[in-house]
Amino acid sequence: MLTTLQNAYQYALENSDRVFTALQQHLLLVAVPLAIGLVVGLPLGWWSARSRLVSTVMLNTFNALRVIPSLAVLFLAVPFLGLSFWSAVLALTLLVMPPILISTDVAFRNISPAIREAATGMGMPPGDILKTVELPLALPVVIAGIKTATVEVIASATLAAFVGAGGLGAFIVLGFAVYDPAILLVGALPVALLALLAEVGLSAVQRAAQPPGVRQPL
Amino acid sequence: MAKLELQNLTKAYSRDIVPVKKLNLAVEDNEFLTLVGPSGCGKSTILRLIAGLDQPTEGRVMIGDRDVSPLPPGDRNIAMVFQSYALYPHMTVRDNVASGLKMRHLPAGDIQKRVQEVSGVLGLDPLLDRKPAKLSGGQRQRVALARALVRNPDVFLLDEPLSNLDALLREQVRADLKQIFEDQKSPIVYVTHDQTEAMTLSTKVAVLSEGHLQQLGHPHDIYKTPANRFVASFIGSPQMNLFPLSRSGNDVALGDFRLPLPGGVQAASVILGIRPEHLRLPQEGDAHIVSGNVFLVENLGMHDLVSLKVQGDPSLTLRALISADASWSKENLKLALPPESIHWFDGETEQRLK
Ligand SMILES: Nc1ncnc2c1ncn2[C@@H]1O[C@H](COP(=O)(O)OP(=O)(O)O)[C@@H](O)[C@H]1O
Ligand SMILES: [Mg+2]
Repeated sequence: MLTTLQNAYQYALENSDRVFTALQQHLLLVAVPLAIGLVVGLPLGWWSARSRLVSTVMLNTFNALRVIPSLAVLFLAVPFLGLSFWSAVLALTLLVMPPILISTDVAFRNISPAIREAATGMGMPPGDILKTVELPLALPVVIAGIKTATVEVIASATLAAFVGAGGLGAFIVLGFAVYDPAILLVGALPVALLALLAEVGLSAVQRAAQPPGVRQPL
Repeated sequence: MAKLELQNLTKAYSRDIVPVKKLNLAVEDNEFLTLVGPSGCGKSTILRLIAGLDQPTEGRVMIGDRDVSPLPPGDRNIAMVFQSYALYPHMTVRDNVASGLKMRHLPAGDIQKRVQEVSGVLGLDPLLDRKPAKLSGGQRQRVALARALVRNPDVFLLDEPLSNLDALLREQVRADLKQIFEDQKSPIVYVTHDQTEAMTLSTKVAVLSEGHLQQLGHPHDIYKTPANRFVASFIGSPQMNLFPLSRSGNDVALGDFRLPLPGGVQAASVILGIRPEHLRLPQEGDAHIVSGNVFLVENLGMHDLVSLKVQGDPSLTLRALISADASWSKENLKLALPPESIHWFDGETEQRLK
């Protein structure tokens, strides 16, 4: 085991530029789907919290999509987008959407209507209500969803190697192909580390956003 | 400062649910109007219509001489206190109170000054930096009140603000409320199902039942001359004795006892009402006396609440408040009905007979 680790370290040093490129690709494969997921998912989640119809359609659609494994989505995208970065991005975007969407929906839905009504009754304009009342109350739960999405996408971005989109998964694929656990580790270890970092970091953000004395479900 | 007027106000949620029916009401400056009625009679709906949280199906809400019905809540300059308080849980007491002013874009200094004033009046100074979760029910209630007071609104709306407090605290906060609002010029509309609150706080009481205004008047007038059977039974504690009776000639029979109807009454059947506190042990010269066997005595401290079955008709139960010092026998207790304290209502329409 120890020698495997040493070998992995050795391999990483010798191929440091390839490792570095793969890490960059991996981070891009995390950042782009996450960014799209946030830009689309946050407003959609907010909307679906206010409308029963939107919420039914949206949550059912994404829950259905969730059933399809990421790997399958990945390969389904290939005929349209080719063996490319964008195929991977499409698959990973579909992956991050449900946690972001659902947590945003839940976060806004759980705000007591009495509080929203108090603000309205006191003459607060809708924009101010969103900014000063709803957002701060929804934030901790929304961040929890973003955390789930981030950790999932970091792990799943390894699959991008199967469609030739690179990332740290490339080492894992290679490691399997040549039966060398050291190479496999060069891919797997940084992925695990990244996921752990995201989990710890975003948990801290989530706690900071949680106002003391306010309990939110989830 | 402005007068609040409801004109022909109607709200229908569906064809069968019409909690407010053609309501006409006016509340002037310096007036404290209480809407009182049983749960579900449409009180909260009326407040929501005034605040603009709901749109009326028909009719108008006027503040001053302005029809505010088409305006959003933000343009009505109203302050509201809710039964659940609905404080913002993520804000300190200070920010909760200041939130009522933020949208006016006042200089920060002015806002702070106003918050200080109000928090001084309500004794919130030591709590200003706490979050609502760290406050007791009574304290939260005061913060909700402060958030409304700080606005200097054209109209105050309060929806059962005391009902989440325990009995002891409720009495104390009720007295505080009365003092605080005595200094306010703007019209106040206060909703409660508790008639004691209605009687003690208001300059004017509107009794509601099933969306209809039953009576509007000074608390004393409502107590003294209830407009119909519903008001008679709803206002006053213990409840008024009410007996539906059929007439024979110019008399009615209450068990074995005959009581003359007041002159000019045409109704074929009537309802006789008398408050427990107006029945008394007979004295020299009392004309109308009934008697019966006492089957229940409830000690209320200063008084005993005595229930007896009227002689001649055991289905008639009469309840009387008798001074705890008085001596009387349980067997065949005699009680006088002072004629000026008897209320007569039409047996059909249940309206007061004059
Ligand atoms: N949004 C709504 N949709 C349908 N019915 C409602 C709605 N709000 C209130 N109601 C009904 O209107 C009636 C009056 O309610 P409310 O004004 O809250 O009564 P109160 O405050 O006097 O207890 C009740 O029967 C209630 O069920
Ligand atoms: Mg109510």
